[in-house]
Amino acid sequence: MRVAWLTQLLQIVLVLALAPLLTGVTRKVRARLLRRRGPPLAQPYLDLLKLIRKEVVVAGNASWLFRTAPYAVFASTWVAAALVPTFATGLALGAAADLIVIVALLGTARFMLALAGLDVGTSFGGIGSSREMMFATLAEPAMLMAVFTLSLFAGSTELSSISAFMLGPHAGLNISLALALVALIIVAIAENARIPVDNPATHLELTMVHEAMVLEYSGRHLALIEAAASVKLLLYLSLIACVFIPWGTAVAGAGLAAQAVGLATYAVKLLILGFLLSLFETAIAKMRVFRVPEFLGVALMLGLLGTILLFVSRAPH
Amino acid sequence: MSVAGPWFLSELAAGCVGWLLLLSPLAILIARRRHGSGLIYGACALASCALALVALLALLSPSPPAAIELAVGLPLGRTILGYDPLGAAFALIINVATALVSGYAIGYGAHAREPQRVVPFYPAFIAGMNLVLLSRDAFSFLVGWEFMSLASWALVASDHASAENRRAALVYLIMATGGALTLLFAFGLLAGPSGGYGFAEMRHAAHVAAAPLVLVLALIGAGSKAGLVPLHAWLPLAHPAAPSHVSALMSGVMTKVAVYGFIRIVFDLAGPPSWWWSLPVLVVAGITTLLGVLYALMEHDLKRLLAYHTVENIGIIFIGLGLALAFEASGLKAAAALSLTAAIFHVFNHSLFKSLLFLGSGAVLHATGERDMERLGGLIHRMPVTALAFLAGCIAISALPPFNGFVSEWLTFQAILLSPQLPQWVPRLIVPAVGATLACAAALAATCFVKAFGMTFLGRSRSTAAAEARETDGWSQVAMLLLALLCLLAGVLPGFVMDALAPVMKLLLGARLPVQSSEPWLRIVPIDSARSAYDGALVLGMIAIAAAATALIVRRFASHALRRAPAWDCGFPDASPATQYTAGSFAQPIRRVFGGVVFRAREHVAMPAPGDTGPARLEVELHDTLWEALYAPVIRLVDAVTARVNLLQFLTIRRYLTLVVSALVLLLIIVGATR
Repeated sequence: MRVAWLTQLLQIVLVLALAPLLTGVTRKVRARLLRRRGPPLAQPYLDLLKLIRKEVVVAGNASWLFRTAPYAVFASTWVAAALVPTFATGLALGAAADLIVIVALLGTARFMLALAGLDVGTSFGGIGSSREMMFATLAEPAMLMAVFTLSLFAGSTELSSISAFMLGPHAGLNISLALALVALIIVAIAENARIPVDNPATHLELTMVHEAMVLEYSGRHLALIEAAASVKLLLYLSLIACVFIPWGTAVAGAGLAAQAVGLATYAVKLLILGFLLSLFETAIAKMRVFRVPEFLGVALMLGLLGTILLFVSRAPH
Repeated sequence: MSVAGPWFLSELAAGCVGWLLLLSPLAILIARRRHGSGLIYGACALASCALALVALLALLSPSPPAAIELAVGLPLGRTILGYDPLGAAFALIINVATALVSGYAIGYGAHAREPQRVVPFYPAFIAGMNLVLLSRDAFSFLVGWEFMSLASWALVASDHASAENRRAALVYLIMATGGALTLLFAFGLLAGPSGGYGFAEMRHAAHVAAAPLVLVLALIGAGSKAGLVPLHAWLPLAHPAAPSHVSALMSGVMTKVAVYGFIRIVFDLAGPPSWWWSLPVLVVAGITTLLGVLYALMEHDLKRLLAYHTVENIGIIFIGLGLALAFEASGLKAAAALSLTAAIFHVFNHSLFKSLLFLGSGAVLHATGERDMERLGGLIHRMPVTALAFLAGCIAISALPPFNGFVSEWLTFQAILLSPQLPQWVPRLIVPAVGATLACAAALAATCFVKAFGMTFLGRSRSTAAAEARETDGWSQVAMLLLALLCLLAGVLPGFVMDALAPVMKLLLGARLPVQSSEPWLRIVPIDSARSAYDGALVLGMIAIAAAATALIVRRFASHALRRAPAWDCGFPDASPATQYTAGSFAQPIRRVFGGVVFRAREHVAMPAPGDTGPARLEVELHDTLWEALYAPVIRLVDAVTARVNLLQFLTIRRYLTLVVSALVLLLIIVGATR
């Protein structure tokens, strides 16, 4: 029990500490692939530090919602990330929330951020909120369908159980799992505003979605939102690692050595996934906004197909 | 309660209904006096509180209170009144919401221009709904049902000056009459040739042959009242037409009585279900869910948007009911109990947040005189309390944790994940599709309520009425805040709600979910803890701690400087509020993605010729495909027939007599031929 709480506490701190580093790694890799030198790995930390030291400039007609939303967004994203097993399963708080709850917590964060985008009453905020929510109407069900597939396999919606099942002897190569993986990757790309859906580095206003929504933010508020975005990226990569590459993760009640192995393998997994993400991003061009629904529709259909295949193929108990 | 025993609960409940009925004539006398409407609404709130308390005691008492029999009713029949667990659970749900809505009306109703058109019908409406839940025989059920329909019709027609409202009232009256008629047939089939109209007699009668027909009739009769597609057409017309506190009752409460009617007939009276009964329910429910939310997204009128959302939520409830039917028919009792609990939990949740949202829209309507979101905006500054309560309702209805809407949706998802156990392959194909529909609807609902809240309360005011709005009165504020608090509490402590519903499950299915209140840390575990668990209290606690920790760190390490400045907007701040995103532009991506098929949406852009300084125009064309495909032909047919038949009104007396004689001769020939 004490181990579970210690693991949980460590994980709560770890996701926060690692998230900017992961963002830095993806930026660095991308720059290197484009034959640029790229910013140092610690740049996201420095950016956050710079931002929280700056004064906040708030639009004259912004309401309390605009000023509280960054805290709500950051807190719910952080909680969601703390519930995804990273280096060890059997988290103390894992029983409080299953995978559906994690998806919904990200939904709460998105809801608050979209409202904040509308608060000042500018056209950029509106366009960002509107498009972000439009992407979500397809990305969230696609994610849930992938969750359904995984849960039907493992007989549980708890991430620890799913991870344990994937490590166990009953998991194998399966078409539904493959479909769920593809759906999950597409959703991860869309939800983290990566190319080809959105461009996190753009400064051309009409091509941005997420950045347009948070355009009015500055200073510590912006720092919280940027940190939340990093944590979200870490969350999705951890989720994919936890479910589809579960090897090395320390199981509940494992000893110190296993925990250390878990930490090391987790770092390697994150590096590999971050590298793959950057590779994918450099290899593809950004889509027009109204191509994105088709892209996400593919994810939804794949997820649904995976679920239906499972429903039909499972013999009743 | 143990001192008094549950024996007098039925009498007490019947007394409260009688008290409400007495209030109606009283209201005619005092409605126009000063404080008259407030007194009536206050009395209604008290009666609802009493009824909620009685229902709670009836639900918690180990044996249901004895029913009372009145010697009125059909010839040779009698009226039986009393709560069983199902009736008590629904009575508790609707009276909690009704009590708070009535409390709101004490303040809100004082602004009414013609209170005498609203106040007398209001207690009768509540009495009708309670009579439906209290009745233990078909006769009093239908009397209550008609009371509810007619009183609410009168309330819809209360602002009869506008042609739109008159049309809404007419459509509503036609649909309500049709619905009641199908229910009458359903009860007739259940009673059978022996004609036992008591529920107890119907339950013991064998009616296997008639049961499918009963299901269809119940689906039409209760579904038309609840708003199942395609019988939903009256709902977005009638619910917004009524005064806002009545809209809250119609949308948040009356639709629940309809759900009760369906559960009573199909789960309780119609006997053991066949597995295929779930198919029409699931298909209709899935379509209702998706279409309801898409219609809502296209709507810019705040109250109509909310009414369409009721359609969506009724779909979610019926998804739970359909799953419960499928599981029960296959003998999977635990899964059936889970599905039915999810459905009734959602009934409870929806009664809270939909009432809250309609009350909020009423406050906005009173403050600005506007229902059109394109002319609102920025109200969060002018109406902070209403905005806060409305925001809670928006989060709850969008099924986001830690509010209550998420819990019932989570339970429905858990039930869907159990359905591979079903032995038949048809539901196993349909259920995942329904699950995808539900997932889509949840995300679309979030979009819709970002739009509703964002356009109404955020941004800059789009009209002077919105810029000069005043916060609503104290009664209304307290009622809305209490509803918001209940939404949060039901989301944080769902185990208690699920345990309270256990007697209903035992009555209808003979099985119940595991006891939730004994779980550690207030979590809920619908099947077993290795499978799934949710802990709303802990999630809320974690978010609160994380937010507090963040705020502390920011306070300690970050700069405290804050400067107010004009909006940045990439260096091009717009001077006019008209350049903001509007409800129409917010929904434009959704319209492009989903609207092409569902609404045959087209955009026409008229650009001025080069050199012409006139404005360009963008016109959006939307079709209500369901209305055009189903209702419009019927209306045309009725019009055509009445135009022909109208000739009969202008005949001479000689021709009328000829008609009468020929009709008589025809009848005699028919009788003679069939003898």
